[in-house]
Amino acid sequence: MGEFKVHRVRFFDYMPTAIRAMAFNAHTERLALGRMDGSVEIFNFADRYFQEKVIPGKDSRSIEALCWVGGRLFSAGLNGEITEYDLETLRPKYSLEAYGGPIWTITSNSQGAHLAIGCEDGTVKLFEVLEESIQFERNLDRQKGRIISLSWHPSGTQIAAGMMDMIRVFDVPTGRAVQRLLVDRGFGGSKSRETVVWSVVFLSDCTIISGDSAGKVQVWDGHTGTLVKTHLVTKWDVLALSVSKDESSVVVGTSEGTVIQFQFIAPTLQQQQDKEWVRTRTFKNHTHDVRALAEIETAIVSGGMDTQLVVRPLLEKFDERSHASALRKIQFPHRNLVFCAKKAGLLLFQFPGQLELWRLGESDGHGKPGDSLPLKRKPEKLLHLKRKGEDHICCSALSSCGGWLAYSTMSSVRLYRLQTDNNDISISKVPKLPKILRSAHQLCFSSDSSKLFAASSQSSVLVIALSQSECKYVHTLKPKSGSRQPIHLMTNSVDGKWLATANSDCEIHVYNVQKLKLHCIVPVYGSCPSAMGIHPTTNNLTMVHADQQIFEYSIVEKQYTDWSRKLQKQGLHNLWLDRDTPVTHVTFNPKNPEQILLHDMHMFCIIDQSLPLPDQKTQFYNQMTLRSLSEQERPSHLHAFKICKTFQDLLSVSLLDDQSLVMVERPLLAITCQLPAPVRQKKFAT
Amino acid sequence: MVAHGEIHVVHRGGNKINFRETVITNDSRFLLCASGESVKVYSSSSEECVHDLQGHTDLVSGIVRNPSNHLQVYSCSADGTVRLWDFTDGILIKTFIIGYPIYSIYISENHGGVVFVVVPMANDKSSELFQLVAVHLPLSGDQEVEARELSAVLCDVSPSGAASFGRKGEYIAAVKGLQLEVFFFKKQKSHRFFLKSGNKKGAKNAFTCVSCHPKEDCIATGHEDGKIRLWRNFNQKKEYTYSTLHWHHGAVNTLQFTPEGTNLLSGGIESVLVQWHYTQENQKDFLPRLGGAITHIAVSPDGSLFCTSHSDNKITIIQSCVKVSAIIQGLVKGEGVRTDLTIDPRSKALVLNGKPGHLQFYSLHRDKLLYNLDIVQQEYIHEEGLDQFEVVKAAFDTRGNWLATVEERTQKGSELEINLKLWAYDEQTQSFMLNTTVTAPHEDQITAMCFSPSPETTMLVTISFDGHFKAWLLADHSDTKEGACWSCDFVGGYHHLKPGCCCFSADGSLLAVGFQEVVTVWSPSWELLTTLSQPPGAIRDLCFGRLSCSKYLLGTSTKNQLCCWNLLTCSLEWSTPVDVSLLQADPLSENMAAFCSQSGCSDLFVFKPGEPRPLYSQKALCTGKVQRAVFAPRDQMLESCEEHAQWLNRSQLYFFTQHMDLMTFSTKTEEDRLLASSKRLMVDDSVAVTPFYLLLGKHRQQQEALTNPMAERIQLPQGSIAIKELLYTPAHVLPSASFLCSMFVRSLLISSSSASEEKEPVEEEMESEEEDSEGEAELRDARQDLGGSAAWGPGEELGAPALTKAQERELRRVKHFDHSWLSSVLEC
Repeated sequence: MGEFKVHRVRFFDYMPTAIRAMAFNAHTERLALGRMDGSVEIFNFADRYFQEKVIPGKDSRSIEALCWVGGRLFSAGLNGEITEYDLETLRPKYSLEAYGGPIWTITSNSQGAHLAIGCEDGTVKLFEVLEESIQFERNLDRQKGRIISLSWHPSGTQIAAGMMDMIRVFDVPTGRAVQRLLVDRGFGGSKSRETVVWSVVFLSDCTIISGDSAGKVQVWDGHTGTLVKTHLVTKWDVLALSVSKDESSVVVGTSEGTVIQFQFIAPTLQQQQDKEWVRTRTFKNHTHDVRALAEIETAIVSGGMDTQLVVRPLLEKFDERSHASALRKIQFPHRNLVFCAKKAGLLLFQFPGQLELWRLGESDGHGKPGDSLPLKRKPEKLLHLKRKGEDHICCSALSSCGGWLAYSTMSSVRLYRLQTDNNDISISKVPKLPKILRSAHQLCFSSDSSKLFAASSQSSVLVIALSQSECKYVHTLKPKSGSRQPIHLMTNSVDGKWLATANSDCEIHVYNVQKLKLHCIVPVYGSCPSAMGIHPTTNNLTMVHADQQIFEYSIVEKQYTDWSRKLQKQGLHNLWLDRDTPVTHVTFNPKNPEQILLHDMHMFCIIDQSLPLPDQKTQFYNQMTLRSLSEQERPSHLHAFKICKTFQDLLSVSLLDDQSLVMVERPLLAITCQLPAPVRQKKFAT
Repeated sequence: MVAHGEIHVVHRGGNKINFRETVITNDSRFLLCASGESVKVYSSSSEECVHDLQGHTDLVSGIVRNPSNHLQVYSCSADGTVRLWDFTDGILIKTFIIGYPIYSIYISENHGGVVFVVVPMANDKSSELFQLVAVHLPLSGDQEVEARELSAVLCDVSPSGAASFGRKGEYIAAVKGLQLEVFFFKKQKSHRFFLKSGNKKGAKNAFTCVSCHPKEDCIATGHEDGKIRLWRNFNQKKEYTYSTLHWHHGAVNTLQFTPEGTNLLSGGIESVLVQWHYTQENQKDFLPRLGGAITHIAVSPDGSLFCTSHSDNKITIIQSCVKVSAIIQGLVKGEGVRTDLTIDPRSKALVLNGKPGHLQFYSLHRDKLLYNLDIVQQEYIHEEGLDQFEVVKAAFDTRGNWLATVEERTQKGSELEINLKLWAYDEQTQSFMLNTTVTAPHEDQITAMCFSPSPETTMLVTISFDGHFKAWLLADHSDTKEGACWSCDFVGGYHHLKPGCCCFSADGSLLAVGFQEVVTVWSPSWELLTTLSQPPGAIRDLCFGRLSCSKYLLGTSTKNQLCCWNLLTCSLEWSTPVDVSLLQADPLSENMAAFCSQSGCSDLFVFKPGEPRPLYSQKALCTGKVQRAVFAPRDQMLESCEEHAQWLNRSQLYFFTQHMDLMTFSTKTEEDRLLASSKRLMVDDSVAVTPFYLLLGKHRQQQEALTNPMAERIQLPQGSIAIKELLYTPAHVLPSASFLCSMFVRSLLISSSSASEEKEPVEEEMESEEEDSEGEAELRDARQDLGGSAAWGPGEELGAPALTKAQERELRRVKHFDHSWLSSVLEC
């Protein structure tokens, strides 16, 4: 596999925030995920659950609920505002004060014509969805107590509202409350506490299913307003409910971290009448509250306080085992938060609120492979840079010489000059940035640190020339396709000639930076690229897509390389294709041009292009076998993919110029440790 | 099993009663369970065995109620027959010959005339694969019918109890390994559901049991990791669904829905009966501390009575899931018998270790556990891998006054803990009381222990791997308050060799201790008299001859030698090369029994040490080595004229096979006698027939008859005859009224005479009990005589001075009536 000196970095205290809300758009197969810090993430479920877009959060914004209307995404929060997002510029389009106090829930009717919000002051407000905005229409009858949850009847004529200690059913045309369903309080000490109906669903046969803070899931007849059945599922709260599209299954999420499925089943096999809701499966994939839940066609998607998004496929919907039928947990973002100055040995960590600059430790020891070397100098935190303003940092960059640092929020871009002499570091803000540089989706320095590339709206790239004295706008590189989607990946070549960008439309453009014009467009592949890199010597562009396919494109010849064609012809190994996290970084070994270095969350891989490709029958993970073989036998067992799983929970891997690897790990256990304590549960034998 | 002339090897007593699910009759009065080769009918209220349905010739492997007749049950057996019984009268109604060994039986009321049995796939016993077949029972008046019309239903099922009929018998669900198979009869189609083996995260998904909801289409399955899954929508290949209940921490052994389907009962190693409320699964009730892992649960058809079988050979009857109303305890058989089999000289009960830390006293004649004696006297904590004290040795002295026990505990990394306890029999409490506890009597394991049979001294000899043997004497400290207690009297050894066995001669004058290859013979004054040796091979077993053969000492060695030494000449009399695994001497005769293991089987030789020819030999007795056997004295001597069966006259030989089955030898005459007695003893079925019952019952019946108002009412017509004759006699022939009056009164005096009768038989009874040896027939005669005289006596005393002849005749007739009635009472 090759020997490297490895910096095993564990001082990046990355902490994802809890998931608060979720909305699935069955039409576009996109899942919108709202987190506690106000950020919204869009996952493409048709493309291996790839995290396509991230809308950075803002301090004042909170998200209580998310809602799709067609392709438009709305959110509402306790700040009392309804926000619509622009998914092309990745920023809120507008925010609208609802004048009802904090908003607990937002939901649209199935026709997509109206939005209903539930407010703290007890009103249900209806908004009409217009072409470009929404407009307040009217209030339904005002109730005492807050409206926690809402659900439209599929016909759009009735709304069920979960409140404190009760559920109200409103008739939408008249605005009158037609039913009042009283929800029992819990037993024992919680008798005096009000029951919060956290979640409610209104089915087309007028059945109302509610989940409340007393741990009950209750089935009501909406016509008569009578309780049909009570399922006590937990001692704590039932927080989220979601119904499948055919209304044969309901999933509930509880404070214990369990997701429980209820199915609409007839008691006998022959006659399919008299169906009732029966508790069936229990999934336990979370340690904390399940706050958001969605039952989609083939899977149950859940998220909560433990920050991870879990996709639990429903196995009966699959004919055969494949990557789609495997349980998937999305813990880390599918983009880079770590930037490495290869020459200077500096690491930049991006947090939503600050940037941290670290110098790697040094060691002059020697040892056997696997040994840990003594440190001569400990890793050192050089800089802690807090952002200005309310907006969270959305991207940042560090030049490879370590002399420049830039970050961007939604509203501004900041550029800093770093000077390190021995142990002293000084930072100075570059005062006058070109006016055109307002915000960026991606930032990138050229390898000689003479240029800054900033990905702007509509897939365009701004080129800024940097010098000691000033920085100057040079040019805007625009794609020919006219795509409006944002760029999520950007990379440039070592010789400074080429710049490659990738956007959410899966387009990859290669620009000639010297000539400042579009060089070529890589043939569009159906899956979004998750990582790419330009080879330092051959200038081949290596792309890895969300569906784990690898392509190599020769920029000079404007065609796929022979190796890439061979790889596509033979096909990748199934074990490679079935991995569940995307490759997030591609680098190259300047000393050995045959080697491509990739990593995802669970493994680190070196692809050696000189070795034969593995076919389906060869043992894919063969490092242990190779180690046991003798020197003579080894060559016959070698294949191109050399995979190392020693390092887990990887956030970043980069190769420094002195041939040492930097592995940035963030153990999941460390994240779990920082979470608040989960609800107390009696466990067997404790 | 194996027939040899007239002697059979049979199961008698000590059978597993927890082998299969018990069956509760429709009226909940009786409980039927498979017990070895017979079906036992227990009364659910008095827990006594009412009937023993005998007829099968191999292990009974299942019982089901006949759905068309609530007084009948079907039983199946490995002998390839299904038998239909009337359990109230204990009559075999019909035998259906299937022709394949049967492992379980299922029946559904919706499938009339069909039983479902589990038989091997290939027609041999060794086959590992089983199939469920439907057997059409032919309608025929014959006692024995061949049922050959078989049709396969399910292939590859588990041989025991892992199938269940669904609602209205529409489908049958069977589990095996990781597969649930549901066969729909209407569509003749089966659905299979597989679970992942799930070895990670400690989940063991293998199915253990199944039960179908009687009213809804829901199948409950139990799993090895303690989960219960409720399957629904199982007529679809993919859209099926299940919910999971989890309370058990060990495997779920058994599941049962109640007849209305409102509750689901489950049981496992925790010995807790869990009652789940159907559709309210998070509500459950528990019945804890049932004493042993639950292996089967049966529910009565009206749902009022539950019945759990436990791994320690016990059946618990539970009333409406709250109260244990009765416990039927069989012979407790653990993984092995650590103590030897011994016979309690007083109760003639078989004594061996039973429950952890206990000795059990099991009556072989009555096939009933008498009581458990707590030896260790420590709380038993059920936990895997926890080392507990175990009773490893037990010995009685000849009169049964003393019991010695050894308990030991081996803990990893620490020393062996041994306690020697001596128990004195207390006449008042009728049980053994702890007299002396000796902690660490030896430095290493005690290998053997025996009491001296001599009547003068009460001495115990223990021998141990530490190279010593110790003699313990009962020292009478009359000056102290405590009374007698035991202390060590002598420590002996021989060249630092490890002793393996010891034996006292029948009169207690010699003690033989085997030190590896050498047998040392010691006098009571602890002189080493002689050493005998027959190398190679260490001595494994030693036995002195009895009665006329007391000059012989027999020994077996590990190198396949059976030697006989003459103690008068101190020389080897004879030796023969057989691999004797066990040597047992009959305490009542000269006979010796030697179990030899040969090529995986055990052979038995019964011989007298002085005679060259064996009295009896049986090849291939059973598979595996016989490690434990004992001669149990008969309560009644058998008169057998057959030469080869004479050794069974005085005592019976019981032995444990490798699979912990208690077997014995029985002769034809004995079986005939048993059969005859079982026919004779037809009594009220709610009360069990025991010798005590027969003795007491006779007596009580008599009493009842005498005191009963019913009896008096029978008496009335007799009195009225006297009155009638008195009244219908023409007035002119009647004597004076004063005379008549006294006669009339006298005719009514029967009650007073019977009162005196009542007392006297009691006295007689007590006398006869003291005599003890007298048979019951004699007793009955005596009582009859006595009854007669008692009836006569007072009459004569009361006689008036003068009577006419007619009157005297009248009077006599009255007395005659009286007498015949009484005797009839006595005879019945």
